[in-house]
Amino acid sequence: MDTEAAINKLTGKFIDEIAEVTLQKGKRAIVTIRPTALLTLSEYLFKSEGFRFIIASAMHTRRGFEIYYHFSLDADGIILSLHVILDKEKPHIESLSNMFSASNWIEREMHELFGIDFLHHPNQEKLLSEGNWAEGVYPYRKEFK
Amino acid sequence: MSRKTLIPIGPYHPLQEEPELFKLYCDGEIVRDIKWETGYNHRGIEKLSESKSYDQVFFLVERICGICSTSHPFAFANAVEEIVGVEITDRTKYIRSVIGELERIHSHLLWVGLAGHFLGYNTVFMWAWKYREPILDLFEMITGNRNSYAMFKVGGVRRDIEKSKIPAIRREMGVIRKKLDLLTGAVMDDPVIHARTKGVGILTRQDIIDYAAVGPTARASGVDIDVRRDDPYAAYPLVNWKVITAGAGDVFAKAEVRLLEMYESASIIEQCLDALEKLEEGNIALKINEIPAGIGTGRAEAPRGEVFHFVVSDGSNSPARHKIRAPSYTNIATFKKSCIGQTIADATISLAAVDPCYCCTERMAAAYDSSSGEKILNANELIEISMKRTKELRKSEAGHE
Repeated sequence: MDTEAAINKLTGKFIDEIAEVTLQKGKRAIVTIRPTALLTLSEYLFKSEGFRFIIASAMHTRRGFEIYYHFSLDADGIILSLHVILDKEKPHIESLSNMFSASNWIEREMHELFGIDFLHHPNQEKLLSEGNWAEGVYPYRKEFK
Repeated sequence: MSRKTLIPIGPYHPLQEEPELFKLYCDGEIVRDIKWETGYNHRGIEKLSESKSYDQVFFLVERICGICSTSHPFAFANAVEEIVGVEITDRTKYIRSVIGELERIHSHLLWVGLAGHFLGYNTVFMWAWKYREPILDLFEMITGNRNSYAMFKVGGVRRDIEKSKIPAIRREMGVIRKKLDLLTGAVMDDPVIHARTKGVGILTRQDIIDYAAVGPTARASGVDIDVRRDDPYAAYPLVNWKVITAGAGDVFAKAEVRLLEMYESASIIEQCLDALEKLEEGNIALKINEIPAGIGTGRAEAPRGEVFHFVVSDGSNSPARHKIRAPSYTNIATFKKSCIGQTIADATISLAAVDPCYCCTERMAAAYDSSSGEKILNANELIEISMKRTKELRKSEAGHE
């Protein structure tokens, strides 16, 4: 399966949930979705299509908090990133850790570094600082003028 | 009522890539639960990267891991070159692959040695590390450094592998093959090693998928993934080689995968050298003036598995965001599956089996009784328990003969 076919399959099924699709050079694609649809789309990729969760990258921008959930289809070398933009004030999204353990650590890390809340996470404790950092200070947040 | 004992391994312990604390909750000899604490040496590399120029980031990411110090620059170069949209020259591709594979050989040899040490085979440890030494010498000859080679840059490499250097590398590949025959024979045919590693620390295919484990850890459980083949980069699609897999998912299977992978690496290196001999010297880096705005995802197969770099560029001199995922990040989490139900003697080798790099020096590790806080065992004693078990097995094996 090539990247375009994979994307067509995804958009065919979840057209209402997808805001934007960016096909990049090579076998990479970024699919911007509504945050509420993350669980459904991830489940589809992971369980039905055999994608492997690589990692999630969070980022603080002027638009708010953005997370890229990177999935890899190893048989075809495709990386598909589900992209969500979260609220500026109280960023929160459903946790994927009840579906697979691979996201457990990274969600805890993003919670700690960016202050993003992962709803229904099995154990949203601090991963890196073990309580050695000040409460309510998120080192990876940026200040925009 | 049985007494539950807490055995911490770490935060500074030679089993681990980075300082981490593993708490083994034991009921007698059996490990019942495992918990961990990380972040003892959090260096904020992702944040630091945002304040460095693209050229400087290579030196930064090279220092994430001391053993596989080229895998991070490899993935970062792939990511940035994806943003720029350039294809590097063939000569550069071959040089990059030679460096990557030499690194795999020395990293796997290091693992074999340490695994031998934990099992009580100190001869294996001495030999494997002795065989590793000439590989580091090759690095010194090619790059000027035995470790942290500073070879990569956007669009190419910093040093050429000239024709005059090729015979020495070729000779060493011949030597290492013979040594590998010896090592592989010793490991594969030894009944005591079989007894200590077969059926120990098993990770099933489902565990691998659940934890998204990568590299030899995944391949030893029959999950056939390797970025070098699946998402080809550098010279890997230009040479012939095969991905090694095994099915059992135990410590023995992981050793088998690593040992056989080294033969493939030697073969890849030889094919790259053949190609380098035919190509004209020089022309090892493209001139890249600007990194445009964009998003790049780069991957590289490190000795421990897939390294993943995600780079967001805003068109300025340094990355706007740089996310790094090292293979041990997902592999270490599998301890929860591989250690529980094992004896303490087997826990050491089960932890070591995923090869969380051993670059940190042992500084503190001790066992405490969870109720009284009294110190019971230290790290050396833990390893001794493992060694003792091998000794006993050897004795009983000798008795059978």
